[in-house]
Amino acid sequence: MAKEKMMLMGDEAIAQGAIDAGVSGFYAYPGTPSTEIMEYAQHSKDAAALNIHRQWSANEKTAMESALGMSYCGKRAMVSMKHVGLNVAADPFVNSGVTGANGGIIVVAADDPSMHSSQDEQDSRILAKFALLPIFEPANQQEAYDMAFAGFELSEKYKTPVMLRLTTRLAHSRAGVAQKSRLSQKELKLPENKRQFVLLPGIARKQYKTLVANQAKFMEEAEKSPFNRYIDGKDKSRGIIACGLAYNYLMENYPDGCPHPVIKLCQYPVPKKMVEKLVNETKEILVLEDGQPMVEEALRGLLDRDVKVKGRITGELPRDGELNPLFVRRALGMADICGQPAPAIVAGRPPAFCVGCGHIDAYNAIKQVVTEGYGDGHVFADIGCYTLAALPPFEVVNSCVDMGASITMAKGAADAGLFPACAVIGDSTFCHSGMTGLLDCVIENANVVIFILDNSATAMTGGQDSHATGRLSEICKGLGVDEKHIRIVTPLKKNHDEMVQVIKEEIEHKGVSVIIPTRECIQTLGKKNKKGGE
Amino acid sequence: MRSDIILSGVGGQGILSIAAVIGQAAISAGLHMKQSEVHGMSQRGGDVQSHLRISDKEIFSDLVPHGGADMILSVEPMESLRYLPWLSKQGWIITNSQPFVNIPNYPDAKAVIAEIEKQPKHIIVNADELAKAAGNSRGMNMVMAGAASLFIDIPQEKMEGAIEFLFGRKGPEIVKTNIAAFRAGREFAEKKRG
Repeated sequence: MAKEKMMLMGDEAIAQGAIDAGVSGFYAYPGTPSTEIMEYAQHSKDAAALNIHRQWSANEKTAMESALGMSYCGKRAMVSMKHVGLNVAADPFVNSGVTGANGGIIVVAADDPSMHSSQDEQDSRILAKFALLPIFEPANQQEAYDMAFAGFELSEKYKTPVMLRLTTRLAHSRAGVAQKSRLSQKELKLPENKRQFVLLPGIARKQYKTLVANQAKFMEEAEKSPFNRYIDGKDKSRGIIACGLAYNYLMENYPDGCPHPVIKLCQYPVPKKMVEKLVNETKEILVLEDGQPMVEEALRGLLDRDVKVKGRITGELPRDGELNPLFVRRALGMADICGQPAPAIVAGRPPAFCVGCGHIDAYNAIKQVVTEGYGDGHVFADIGCYTLAALPPFEVVNSCVDMGASITMAKGAADAGLFPACAVIGDSTFCHSGMTGLLDCVIENANVVIFILDNSATAMTGGQDSHATGRLSEICKGLGVDEKHIRIVTPLKKNHDEMVQVIKEEIEHKGVSVIIPTRECIQTLGKKNKKGGE
Repeated sequence: MRSDIILSGVGGQGILSIAAVIGQAAISAGLHMKQSEVHGMSQRGGDVQSHLRISDKEIFSDLVPHGGADMILSVEPMESLRYLPWLSKQGWIITNSQPFVNIPNYPDAKAVIAEIEKQPKHIIVNADELAKAAGNSRGMNMVMAGAASLFIDIPQEKMEGAIEFLFGRKGPEIVKTNIAAFRAGREFAEKKRG
């Protein structure tokens, strides 16, 4: 009898797939919607028994590089991140195309169209194309699982990293997944060419030519991929290219089967022969893709003359935001089906700090001294729960750009003459990308006040361990911050006056000050207490 | 058989345990299931929803289409109204009557209930109270699952089996009080439906 299907989210299916496909190491930094890949691996009894590496890295760049190191040793590695995390890892990611792989390496990029929990909705497929790498884009949880096998196989066949790209909706949606029999891990085996990973110009030029020559082979693989399908239809007035998850929204609107010829596109580069057939046989092409109009643009070309292509650019689909069955329905020219609008009485309910969160006490003090003392406009924040202080009732922070940018933006603002120039960053974000910025401040003795809100967790993504725990003031000292201006406070209501005093003193200090309000995240604390009680 | 459900509430109220019970029951009944969740920023006290789709045929979309939901199942009354664009004409609203007030501009609670009552098919249940009466003050979610179960074509014993499966690790007492809360919700819905 076949084994019962496992109920897995897209993220979990990828992790289970990698475990079953003989991965030796997972590398990642938490980021919605990719976090659950590593969390699943960490909780997996199989992964523990197989002694698979599965610990968080300081950031996506260090994760990507560690995965590359594992691949160098001939073993299979998976590195996962959210789309903006791939920007952090872009340097090693793009160069990994030129080094190539030894053991298979899959880079999972989880995109977030509609920005459910992100600063932008960039499409990672474009970055993979930029790096000239093959891409897998699952339409469902089963494919997400299967693509771990296919991804490692392709990666090793051509000695190239591959991208596995998915979006929030699949990452966080569950369905039944059938497991395959497990492959064993690879033995440690160094690359045959011991200079493969040495990107000195002379070597890199040669290897880049190989990567370019491989493009035709990657295309051949996409043409015959089991994940790409040409499904014929009688009505040739339109041909449809449905990428990844968009295929589901198409079929949702045609419960009895789509009358038009369809390409279900889940492996890239875009298979040219398949698309050529569709273009030749149909009058116009509708492209359904989540994210940016990458395929649509490629088909249209610069001159936009021969092929009639419709999609996000032409307005059949919204130019931004996540796809859904309704948007696809409209693009197909069908009438809307919609319930009633929500009544006016329904109020918005934005996210907010948890009751009892230490950030509230820290911000009460910051607001009193900085915002009320010097006016709005002096506080640069970062990526994490504490960004919520941009919203009422605080409305204290003035920036949220990328991991670590609070410190460096405050420095630039101080350079420009802003006083006071304050940064608010979390402990985990500080270790991810804030330390180098602090070093910049120290070198120039910039007149900044940096708040490192230490809640001993990567809280926004669900309370993963933080690399900073127990090390923050040592790190700051090591980077050269004067010990007298590293101030640790406990953000509690009863300590409000003390915090106000400390902030005032450090604003008056002409140079780098670091204030570290330290109190554990009440969510992680609650979980620990619960565990202890059981 | 097909059941498309929008589960709604506020981050932290635990709508996912309801999804887990109904979803697990669907699996044990041999049905197809897809369930989409919200993780990340909105879990911090913001509005959250989960799309739960059950069918005896293959399910394509992870999202319930607009106007296609057979049920809005909400653990908070105002949140049940937020998702009306998804509710089909024949669909049910099944909601807890107890507001979760974490915003300064929360509307008048009576006006919210009046809006829900405008819907032709609705069941408003004080799930907090029923849970307490069933000896399980933290069982509000199971009361709601019980009320909803009446409208989902999955046998009651499969649903209760799912509770046992999911909570068994926490001991027989937790299973017992969760099933008691589930039954209280189901009985209430039975009376209301008439």
